[in-house]
Amino acid sequence: MRSPSERPALEVRDLETRIDTKLGLIKAVDGVSFSVDHGETLGIVGESGSGKSITALSILRLVPKPAAYIARGQVLLDGEDLLEKSETEMRKVRGKRISMVLQDPQTSLNPVFSIGFQVVEAIGMHADAPRKTLVRRAVEALRRVRVADPERRVDDFPHQMSGGMKQRVVGAIALGSFPSVLIADEPTTALDVTIQAQYLRLLKDIQQETGLSIIFITHDFGVVARMCDKVAVMYAGRVVEYGPVREIFNSPAHPYTKALLNSVPAVEEDVDRLYSIKGQPPAFWDMPEGCRFEPRCDVAMQRCKTEYPNKFARASTGSGAHYADCWALEEPEWIPSRS
Amino acid sequence: MKRNLVIRSLQSLLALLAISVIAFAMSHLTGSPVDAMLPDDAGPEEAARLTKLWGLDRPLYEQYFVFLGNALQGNFGDSIKWQGQTAFGLVLERLPATIQLGGFAIVVSTIIALPVGVLAAVYKDTPFDSAGKLVALLGQAMPNFWLGIVLIWIFAVHLNWLPTSGRGGFSHMVLPAIAMGWFQVAAFMRLTRSAMLEVLDSEYIKLARIKGVPERRVIWVHALKNAAIAPLTYFGVIAGSIFTGSVVIETVFAWPGTGLLAIDAIRGRDFPVIQAVVVTFAGVFIVANLIVDTLYAYLDPRIRYQ
Repeated sequence: MRSPSERPALEVRDLETRIDTKLGLIKAVDGVSFSVDHGETLGIVGESGSGKSITALSILRLVPKPAAYIARGQVLLDGEDLLEKSETEMRKVRGKRISMVLQDPQTSLNPVFSIGFQVVEAIGMHADAPRKTLVRRAVEALRRVRVADPERRVDDFPHQMSGGMKQRVVGAIALGSFPSVLIADEPTTALDVTIQAQYLRLLKDIQQETGLSIIFITHDFGVVARMCDKVAVMYAGRVVEYGPVREIFNSPAHPYTKALLNSVPAVEEDVDRLYSIKGQPPAFWDMPEGCRFEPRCDVAMQRCKTEYPNKFARASTGSGAHYADCWALEEPEWIPSRS
Repeated sequence: MKRNLVIRSLQSLLALLAISVIAFAMSHLTGSPVDAMLPDDAGPEEAARLTKLWGLDRPLYEQYFVFLGNALQGNFGDSIKWQGQTAFGLVLERLPATIQLGGFAIVVSTIIALPVGVLAAVYKDTPFDSAGKLVALLGQAMPNFWLGIVLIWIFAVHLNWLPTSGRGGFSHMVLPAIAMGWFQVAAFMRLTRSAMLEVLDSEYIKLARIKGVPERRVIWVHALKNAAIAPLTYFGVIAGSIFTGSVVIETVFAWPGTGLLAIDAIRGRDFPVIQAVVVTFAGVFIVANLIVDTLYAYLDPRIRYQ
């Protein structure tokens, strides 16, 4: 589902978020760029600590203060730079135009307020309507995420609900004001598999109905294959490979992406040992000078130790840009990219 | 919820019963009151007569039930030291003064400690937080009787701003309330701060911000209602310690409340009065905690629906 508008729903350009830690100033997000079109789903994939969640929080300008701050870049929502907005203006963006679902439904809801209070509040923040109307809308929002018997459920408290049901409520909170972009930060990691499938289906359905753009943060390639149109692979604070989901799966370019795909066990093959990437991701306060993946890379060259790779784009792609940061791509099929 | 409250009330009664046993035993541990009451030259017949008159010759459990029956009717016997007055009457007469001072100290320390604790968490590691820590440290380090004396020395003796002691107008309450409340401010503030820090770090606070809730509301509504549980627990304890603390503070400031009465009664070995004070204090303590339990349920639905 493509919108006629040329402009992406959300575009992040050269975003850098720093965190002041005891071990020094680190760049948790280091020059990250990507974009999501209307009705499109972008997957952000990477190991824990690769900067996925901080990227998401940076978009909403909710990085933990005062240690973390956004040092440079642009976050363009329908062409407007969110980084130039005042805090008051940002509040009208959060929950209204960009929303977010967090990882753990068990802790995402406030235990001392009823479900109704929390959904009504989310809607009421962005709508000037009498309470009765807000309650009605909250019930509708809960029905949209398929909470059974929402009229009665509004009086319940989080501890009276299952994990899957709570995550639906979080979904209702996120989608209650019909945002154009939803950031889903590993929303199904804490759910069991059947509930997970239901939840993904639900997000897909809502996307089809409303033309919602989704940024889906995950480390699960199965979820990526099912949900996403595009993928950004993050490693140590940078997007190392970016492209259409089909290309990423069929012809991954970056050794890290290849390694990640290799670590997903195939069902047909009878493997004794599961593949795992050797070594650990580099510590943020001790970044390699050159390519950040070099110490763990099988095809590393001398140059990789000293110089961070250029961005190489696939010379001819029909289905959208595909590029990767790797020196091994200096071959005719790939051309240096300016972006 | 109602069932909860009934159970807690029954537990409270049990606690009160246990205290009555202790209060009763107390008077028998230090020897027969007959020896204390009789003049030195009294003969054994006289002692036997009194023993019989007071029922001290009957078995201990029987004496206890008589004591309990009377206590339930508010009858702890006549005071030995203050002739012609009942023990419980004396306590009731002094109670308003203690409640006035203690209540004032509780209200003021809560009004100060709660917001300061919340803001110290919000502005963690800023000069505000450090100043709060210093105030808390001082409050917890200084014994209240010593603080009381120092306050009198500075503000009453040297500066002559406030009266040294006694009960009177508002100015009489200031120094004893500070001496009594500083420790509570300290403890209350630190509890609130740490509870808030934990809550502010939680996912639901993140979600509230994601919803677009203004920061002020995030702090004072979303976070505080969760964080209030720990300080509330403590509130039951301070409500009680206001009374036990009154024993010291009222003595230092010659405040004519139950605390001072208790000290005077102990000095005069006035057991009926001591017993009346102990049981009354225990009662107040238990009622305060019962109220706290009820408030819990109001704050936390997980308790309400157990």
